[in-house]
Amino acid sequence: MDEIAPEYDVVVLGTGLTECILSGVLSVKGSKVLHMDRNDHYGGEAASVNIEALFRKYNNFQPGTEPWKKYGRANDWNIDLVPKLLMSNGELTNILVSTDVTRYIEFKLVAGSYVQQGNGAKATVAKVPSDASEALRSPLMGLFEKRRAKNFLQWVGNFDEANPSTHNGMNLSQTTMKQVYDKYGLEETTRDFIGHSMALYPTDDYIEKKGMAKDCVERIRLYVNSMARYGKSPYIYPLYGLGELPQGFARLSAIYGGTYMLNTNIDEVKYDESGKVTGIRATMKERGEEGEGMKFETKCKKILADPSYFQGKAKVTGHMLKAICILNHPLDKTENADSLQLIIPQSQVGRKHDIYVAVVSSAHNVCPKGYYIAIVSTIAETEANHHLELQPGLDRLGKIEETFMGPPIPIYEPLEDGSKDNIFLSRSYDATSHFETMTEDVRDIYRRAQGEELVVEKLKSGEGLVSEE
Amino acid sequence: MAARMQQGSRPGGARFAQFKLVLLGESAVGKSSLVLRFVKDQFDDYRESTIGAAFLTQTIALDDQTTVKFEIWDTAGQERYKSLAPMYYRNANCAVVVYDITQAASLDKAKAWVKELQRQANENIIIALAGNKADLVAEQPDKRAVTTADAEAYAREANLLFFETSAKTAENVKELFTAMAKKLPIEQASQRGMRSAAGRPGGVDLGLRQEPGQQTSGPGGCQC
Repeated sequence: MDEIAPEYDVVVLGTGLTECILSGVLSVKGSKVLHMDRNDHYGGEAASVNIEALFRKYNNFQPGTEPWKKYGRANDWNIDLVPKLLMSNGELTNILVSTDVTRYIEFKLVAGSYVQQGNGAKATVAKVPSDASEALRSPLMGLFEKRRAKNFLQWVGNFDEANPSTHNGMNLSQTTMKQVYDKYGLEETTRDFIGHSMALYPTDDYIEKKGMAKDCVERIRLYVNSMARYGKSPYIYPLYGLGELPQGFARLSAIYGGTYMLNTNIDEVKYDESGKVTGIRATMKERGEEGEGMKFETKCKKILADPSYFQGKAKVTGHMLKAICILNHPLDKTENADSLQLIIPQSQVGRKHDIYVAVVSSAHNVCPKGYYIAIVSTIAETEANHHLELQPGLDRLGKIEETFMGPPIPIYEPLEDGSKDNIFLSRSYDATSHFETMTEDVRDIYRRAQGEELVVEKLKSGEGLVSEE
Repeated sequence: MAARMQQGSRPGGARFAQFKLVLLGESAVGKSSLVLRFVKDQFDDYRESTIGAAFLTQTIALDDQTTVKFEIWDTAGQERYKSLAPMYYRNANCAVVVYDITQAASLDKAKAWVKELQRQANENIIIALAGNKADLVAEQPDKRAVTTADAEAYAREANLLFFETSAKTAENVKELFTAMAKKLPIEQASQRGMRSAAGRPGGVDLGLRQEPGQQTSGPGGCQC
């Protein structure tokens, strides 16, 4: 086995998507990267696992039984641990295209984007209207409200920051979204689906914040433009599951000289007198492998890591609740969609945080034909009885074959920016239903660690990323 | 994105099929060198470990009517610490498992990779075993550490194609890939029709990149 180099520019710990994108980009830009993970697989919390691994992870079976056997070949399943979809026009799509990681991963459209109005058995589940003309046909609004929503969406569609004549007399960086909604005379229920299922805010905090109107309008435009790109829904999803994403970026990093080691535990992080990181000591050992494994030491100038590697340097900001459910039928009221996102805005079910339901199926090669994987998630608002918080989402699923639900998942964020010790931590995957905040985190870490803005667009032309040798 | 297995008919009843080929084998047995010889007809004595050359394509014309395009995935060094991702094996149609005929242990490693392929890859993957660095043995016969007979016997038993090759002199390199192309299910692939991302229902081509024109080139002409 080759020797580990005596020094690296960057050591990256954890192979979640955030870390793998950074590792890939840094390698392309010429940094010498050593990337390690304590697990035997890529992806960390952003991995996709097979159904046997899922039963084992949640310990959802009696000893001596093998309940996964009735679900066919275990490897036909790729079940995400993090419920997220990509926006067709979002930043992750941009990064995938700019780095040519699209060569390794195929994407398919998600069939539908839905929102719930009302609660319980009488609730309406309807498609999220994607533009002014769809608003006119939507069952979510009455006749007059449809016209008002149409006017609002037309204004958003034409909005151009550089052109004041499109601003309708408002200064969005000073305005609250409430003022904008008021101006268009939109009803509460309309504000609800616009803010939560188009702007994709997980809470109502955005409404009264001064200057948030600009952010909100940009978010709606992202939704509308993503929708316009391929039709049907604004979301795309990789064949074989989200776990393909970190693998694709890890491959990019490796192609540009990044060194990869799974099954590797960090034994010690070394610092100099000023408290800056100088290197690590680690052991690579496969599960079941005899002996001590391969022990090694190397120097490095900085470390990028997910918070699980430095729990003392991170704080918990909340807990995510999540139930992974196996179904053998599509969701009711969704026109038998093979994949979808359903958002239940918080106010509709008396909560402070939205409930998300993401469904994928054999159309995306994540399970055998006839099955559907639904993940219901939200942010915890109580200390106990967490299944009750997810209940409005579970109610939408109909008959459930299996439910996998663990304890609340802590969401970490770094305590410091890393300038003191040169250890730059990422945030946990948050409860949003897409990757936009994750890519913001990638940019933030890159800025903190490299002291410059990450520009992915130049990667392709400037650095000859499309390397065919 | 580039299709994993793309096929279609050309005017005049010609057949065209594209297959994903993966390389496996211990570090430094010459995996990348074999591909470089096949794709560019080049060899570099002091080639460093694989960097930046992980996506190559090469086309072989089996006859006037039949063209096979290989989409070749290099390990990018991820095999070094046993960190190849499942993505690497996914939908691979064929594999070249390389060992060094002057290093006995490298054949054991090759056997382990064949097992790994049988575990992770498609059931009907076509596997070729390549005993590389034949040039070293041609110069100094006592350098040989694996006999042809032993390797051949193992290949027959495991149902693998087998060649002793030299990336340096080009011996058997084209032969290896041609033999592989002949074993691939071109007919079947043609009948199944397009399988590219943008070709399947709901599939999207994110890049909307201009795919380079398809053209057959002989050795020495990379048309990727």
